[in-house]
Amino acid sequence: MDMQNIENQLGDLQSQIEALGKKTAENKLAMIVFSGDLDKVLASFVIATGAVAMGMEVVMFFTFWGTPVLRDKKKNVGGKDVMGKMFGTMLPKGTSDVKLSKMNMGGMGTTMMKSLMKKKNVASLEEMISLAEELGVRIYVCEMSMDLMGFKREEFIDYKGMDFAGVATFLQEAQNSKVQLFI
Amino acid sequence: MSDDIQVAKVFDLKGLACPMPVVKISKGIKEVEVGQIVEALTTDPGSLSDFPAWAKTSGNEIVKTEQEDKLIKFYIKRLA
Repeated sequence: MDMQNIENQLGDLQSQIEALGKKTAENKLAMIVFSGDLDKVLASFVIATGAVAMGMEVVMFFTFWGTPVLRDKKKNVGGKDVMGKMFGTMLPKGTSDVKLSKMNMGGMGTTMMKSLMKKKNVASLEEMISLAEELGVRIYVCEMSMDLMGFKREEFIDYKGMDFAGVATFLQEAQNSKVQLFI
Repeated sequence: MSDDIQVAKVFDLKGLACPMPVVKISKGIKEVEVGQIVEALTTDPGSLSDFPAWAKTSGNEIVKTEQEDKLIKFYIKRLA
């Protein structure tokens, strides 16, 4: 085998290794938060922050009923059409409006659960979100859900790692993540 | 404190619920040098399986685990 041949083979190997490297999943968790239930969103943030502790990079994609959870109660935006106003009023405006998926009992169950969580020293959803922000958990909010429900970017909470995107962005993240969850 | 273990820092995580003990220790262990040992005190029963899982994944070592009633003591050596 002459030198040229060996060099060609080396070049081939190198490009194969590079291609493999691109295929290898990163130590990352990609999570879709579809639910807008207090219990499920809370579980999402427990997993997200736990994953950071385990050394993982975490990205959350909030879509459909999960979207209004990230609205800011204090922010009011105008210029919505009739449907937008209706959705804006009927859907929860931020974490304080979010209810349990079971045993809500007209809000009584949710209130009881929140006081029990405080008693048992379980972090509240608000605390979990600011912890996630501090830990560098990235959040994407689904543009399509926002458009459907008439939400504007200005009415979402201030969160350092928040961005607005579509399904392709999530899939690109999910493709090279070791763990993917749908909640 | 255990007799023969040199503890560089103690983390009181008593009363905290999942995921806080693991979140706090993962940040806290970076406050000591590689090779040093930290002591973590928890009362969360889940931490008995969570701490070993965290240590294994993060590449640190649990040197010793002690239990006194509801109190759990972990001695963790920073390796990563």
